[in-house]
Amino acid sequence: MREFPDPRPGEDIDGFRVVEKLHEGGMARLFRVTRPDLRDRAVMKVPNLDFGSHPGFYVGFEVEQMVLPMLAGEHVPRVYGRGDQAVRPYLVMEFIAGPSLADQARRAPLAPAEVARFGARVADALHDLHRQDVVHLDVKPANILFRESGEAVLIDFGLARHSRLPDLVEEEFHTPAGSGAYIAPEQLLGIRGDPRSDIFSLGVILYQLATGKLPFGSPTRRRGFRKRLYNDPVPPRALNPDVPPWLQEIILHCLETEPGRRYATAAQVAHDLTHPATVPLTERSSRLKRSGIGQRARRWYRSWRGKPGVPSHPSAQLATANHVLVALDPGNMSEDLAEAMRQAVARLAATDADCRILCVTVLEPAAVGGEEGGEELERSEFTRRLIEIRHWANPLDLPQEAVRFHVIEATDPAQALVEFATRHHADQIVMGARASSTMRRFLGSVSARVVSEAPCSVTVVRAPR
Amino acid sequence: MRLAVLSDIHSNLEALRACVDHARGEGTQRYAFLGDLVGYGADPVACLDLIQGLVGEKGVAVLGNHDRAALTGWCDDMSFEARDAIYWTRRQLQERHYGFLRSLPLTARDGEIAFVHASANDPGNWTYVTDGTQAARCIGASRAPVTFVGHVHHQLLYYTQQVGRPRAFHPTAGVPIPISPRRRWLALVGSVGQPRDGNQAAAYAMLDSERNTITFFRVIYDYSEAARKIIAAGIPERFAKRLETAS
Repeated sequence: MREFPDPRPGEDIDGFRVVEKLHEGGMARLFRVTRPDLRDRAVMKVPNLDFGSHPGFYVGFEVEQMVLPMLAGEHVPRVYGRGDQAVRPYLVMEFIAGPSLADQARRAPLAPAEVARFGARVADALHDLHRQDVVHLDVKPANILFRESGEAVLIDFGLARHSRLPDLVEEEFHTPAGSGAYIAPEQLLGIRGDPRSDIFSLGVILYQLATGKLPFGSPTRRRGFRKRLYNDPVPPRALNPDVPPWLQEIILHCLETEPGRRYATAAQVAHDLTHPATVPLTERSSRLKRSGIGQRARRWYRSWRGKPGVPSHPSAQLATANHVLVALDPGNMSEDLAEAMRQAVARLAATDADCRILCVTVLEPAAVGGEEGGEELERSEFTRRLIEIRHWANPLDLPQEAVRFHVIEATDPAQALVEFATRHHADQIVMGARASSTMRRFLGSVSARVVSEAPCSVTVVRAPR
Repeated sequence: MRLAVLSDIHSNLEALRACVDHARGEGTQRYAFLGDLVGYGADPVACLDLIQGLVGEKGVAVLGNHDRAALTGWCDDMSFEARDAIYWTRRQLQERHYGFLRSLPLTARDGEIAFVHASANDPGNWTYVTDGTQAARCIGASRAPVTFVGHVHHQLLYYTQQVGRPRAFHPTAGVPIPISPRRRWLALVGSVGQPRDGNQAAAYAMLDSERNTITFFRVIYDYSEAARKIIAAGIPERFAKRLETAS
């Protein structure tokens, strides 16, 4: 007995024409539908409300229907319509053809570059979600699809938590419903608001893609789940020697038991996966064994002692770990300006414990192109710039983890900076004003263009007179 | 249809006007007042006249404990300062105001929505809905999918679960919250005229019956002026200070 009638092919439901049934799952059925004004393909999700069905099933649908329409951006399916829950509950959304990450995971172990590419896309998607104050809490390969253009799309928000909406998921139902292999340890303690839980799940995915194995198996009982509260996984390089140290560093950094020891934001994970050469290697990268019995025993003891702190909103957690892009032009920068910029960055770093400083300089290839031995010259110029921006940052005395250096080659510095800021989720740009007004008149102001086109706040620093 | 729900106005005309202006800007077509229209503040006459006009024929208003005290003069259960404010209020009110207060019921119902000042469970006893147990009793007694409640002077949204007591959610001002018909909801709308949560801004809520959402709002107003009037009127100074500290 169904509480609501099943949509039939050819039927018209609030303007949507039902084409065919696509999928019959445990919790919901999916139908392909069309509407004359929609260019994209659309899918209608109808919850299973049969007599005697698990009450958690409906809650999942209720949550998704509440959260998904609040979200924007390319990393979630667009919502086209929803049915009155009291009359005929359904949700119509954009159809994403795939492939899903689960298709890729079946080929694991994948080459490190491929793991990093998929991982960075998922991290981009998660960061976009966390910015909107939502934690997904059920991140697993089957819930990640890719658009034709390559962006990852997160689906199935049945366990998600939007910090500005009531949490309808009840602990009684969600623990067994969560995906055992990917769930973060703090989720077992009933914590549902920490974006770093999704980062842990991403770590499980990276581990799986890199080794072909799951770091904690696929437990189905509470006791099996609990093991990850005190056990750390076998290091990936012990299972697959082809995993490079930088990838193991990133994976184990995501899989830290305590949220506070993980990456602070998915944007940081995305950045490290995109620039493996800049990842500082710690003891994590070379580990070949799990931690000793003593440390595990300490973690086991701690696991019974209450819950770690949770950020009030995901966006508040992100605000403690801003990406600050510092645009430097070492050749054309007076020492006064360099010092003024250092002070501006030092102030930001002091207020924001987990911030990451991305020092960037733009190298214009035209400056060295066309000459005999140009390529070699360019390489040495590249290295010289790198040394210069490192030298600029030295007096700041920032921890190795907190700073990254990039030389970008581009003919249009303003455009290159804006693109870099967008791609790397920059929350703020700090840059110097060009010193001489004659130069500005002839060359135009890079900072003025960055200010008008940047996706974030921009601070333009001037040397004191 | 958008319905603005305002509670615990407490004769604060500056706050009431600010909320009504804000609600108009949000497209409100109807008003509901959850009681404690008077007490504490310096403008009982202007507030009651404005409220009576807004309620008109389509609106809703219910009685609060301060309204009953002003109506009957019986306020033995109140603090001495609150009593002073009630005695002062009684000297300002005219027969038309007593007539309006006398006409107010303890609870009101409009289709799927219930309105009450304190708790639908024994509304004349002025119980505070301060936890899940009290919320469960109130929801059980009102038997409505959505119940609007005042009296506690802060904003909170309770909703029923499949297991256990209703759960509480602290709303963010201005974010519409979808109201699932599969649950029952109890909204504490906060206080227009005397917020006590550390935020001086007046509080009210709005129900959008087309989109099926409740939105909680905070509206900043000239609380220094409202406080000044309280002192000028000779009402206990504590109620003026309270507007400035929102405690």
